[in-house]
Amino acid sequence: MSMTKIKAAGTALLNQWRFLAGLKYFWPVFLAAGLAFCIAADVYDFVDLYLQLIIIYVGINIILTASLNLINGYMGEFSVGHAGFMAIGAYIASILTVYVFPQNTAGILFPAAILAGGMGAALVGFLVAIPSFKTRGDYLAIVTLAFGMIVKSILENIDAVGGPRGLLGMEKLTTLPWVFFWTALCVWVIRNLVYSNFGRGVLSIREDEIASDLMGVNTRQVKIIAFVVSSFFAGIAGGLFAHALQFINPRMFDILKSTDILIMVYLGGIGSIAGSILGAVIYTVLLEILRPLGVWRMVFMPLMLVLLMIYRPRGIMGMREIRLFTPLRDLVTEKLWRQKKKEASDASP
Amino acid sequence: MAYLFQQALNALQLGSIYALIALGYTMVYGILTMINFAHGDLFMVGAFFCFLLAVYLKLSFVPTLLLSMLGVACLGVIIERLAYKPLRAAPRVSAIITALGVGLFLENFTLALSPYPKHIPPLLTNTTWAIGSLSISSLQVLVIALSLILMLILDFVVQRTKAGMAMRAISWDKTIVPLMGVPVNKIISLTFAIGTGLGGAAGVMYGLAYPVIDPYMGIMVGWKAFICAVVGGIGNVRGAMIGGFILGAVEILVAAFFPSTYRDFVAFTLLLVLLILRPYGILGKPQPQKV
Repeated sequence: MSMTKIKAAGTALLNQWRFLAGLKYFWPVFLAAGLAFCIAADVYDFVDLYLQLIIIYVGINIILTASLNLINGYMGEFSVGHAGFMAIGAYIASILTVYVFPQNTAGILFPAAILAGGMGAALVGFLVAIPSFKTRGDYLAIVTLAFGMIVKSILENIDAVGGPRGLLGMEKLTTLPWVFFWTALCVWVIRNLVYSNFGRGVLSIREDEIASDLMGVNTRQVKIIAFVVSSFFAGIAGGLFAHALQFINPRMFDILKSTDILIMVYLGGIGSIAGSILGAVIYTVLLEILRPLGVWRMVFMPLMLVLLMIYRPRGIMGMREIRLFTPLRDLVTEKLWRQKKKEASDASP
Repeated sequence: MAYLFQQALNALQLGSIYALIALGYTMVYGILTMINFAHGDLFMVGAFFCFLLAVYLKLSFVPTLLLSMLGVACLGVIIERLAYKPLRAAPRVSAIITALGVGLFLENFTLALSPYPKHIPPLLTNTTWAIGSLSISSLQVLVIALSLILMLILDFVVQRTKAGMAMRAISWDKTIVPLMGVPVNKIISLTFAIGTGLGGAAGVMYGLAYPVIDPYMGIMVGWKAFICAVVGGIGNVRGAMIGGFILGAVEILVAAFFPSTYRDFVAFTLLLVLLILRPYGILGKPQPQKV
């Protein structure tokens, strides 16, 4: 298809759907308003502290879910060790703010600590990506599972970071604006990655790894980048989590935490950014709403998940995306494809 | 030397429990290519059935074991019918997530009913024989012998009976076998019953060997048994047994020579190395992908 034809179709589409023209203003306005609201809430303190904490958890869970979706949803691997990356980020960031940074500078250097946590997790993600060249499916699941357990086990054996007792002394540095910033950054990076040339490579690995290799996709490189990006954001989420709770111990990052993240991914739907956000929001908020039920909320929650899976096996948004996240280019291509199909069916009744 | 024998015996005991649970994973995987992540929690339910029967009905060991196995097997079949059967045509991960959900449900349901860890009463009088400096308890012998007997029975069922032949046939080819008149649904139910029943038996034995039970005990043991199944080559019944004994041996030996907090670390690192050397497990066959 020639470039001019696509451009013409794009203009036609913009004329046809007026709201698409306004779309390009949506994100800047939404982000500016969101950030302004968060800063105002942080400064003037008009949002209830409990509500603030829930919003912070929602943001952290969105980061975790979106980053795991890159591997489990878009790349089609089954990683079960996401909490391990989170733990690395949480410990690195906490050690920096508690022990390394000079006193009273932790607040200013907080972004650097979070970033360092993310980098540390990304480095380990690089190492975990290497076995994924050869092993796939259930065997890769075992590799990531073992990785998660090894991380927890190592942390329990290092006395300098408190061993099984955990680490405390972090100031409450995770504020709404920071959570908003990192969440928006994570969603932005992953959305752009997925719709880039690299993202096509990720999707092709999910559909058929051998075929994509034969078509010239450098599957090793794609896997490494996907794992590194995903674990980087898991580390970021870990750092934010540690400074929101002000206490971490290795047990917080065990297999149950990984299961939680997995559930959010598949609840929202694989291969969908909007799904990740929905999954994280619904899961976190629902658990809070059900809190009066006490222990029984953890009985109803899995039941609801099972029912959802039976009646909607792909999750809420499985493999679909809302228009806000889809680039105009893709909308145009889809529309042209539909048109062509319609013409073909009209021609041969 | 005696110390080594002693540890070998402990390894056999732990390994046979792992192997029994791993069998459930591997049988279900072989027939449905689905990982039943609720299996570790069914093992936990088995231990709780054992507690209920032993404390409230005051049954002795044999009826406790048989009734627990039966109860867990029934639960397994019900779970398969209600939760997994509607998802047979769905993407594989949906079934896996459903299984995780069922597992969480079982854990938290048990937790809601019994918030405190329970203590299983000794069902058998435990005698200890001393041979030189080696001490062998009758409980250890019982756990090992009973597991081996159950595994031999299972091996016989899978390799020699008509139902076992049907199981192997279904795992071989799912489209042709129903056309040959094999009642697929019945065979799948039977597989679930046997697999989870063995898990229930493992729960009872675990409860006897390590008497304090709690609703979350199935998570760690379940994941470890899953690792055993994969190390042996998932879908392969004999592989699961070998994998169970390997993990049991590794864990006990690590705990014997290093501080016991390093146990998980060394065990999982060894498993990673093993998987990198043999990516399809010990007895698993590499499945070349056709292009």
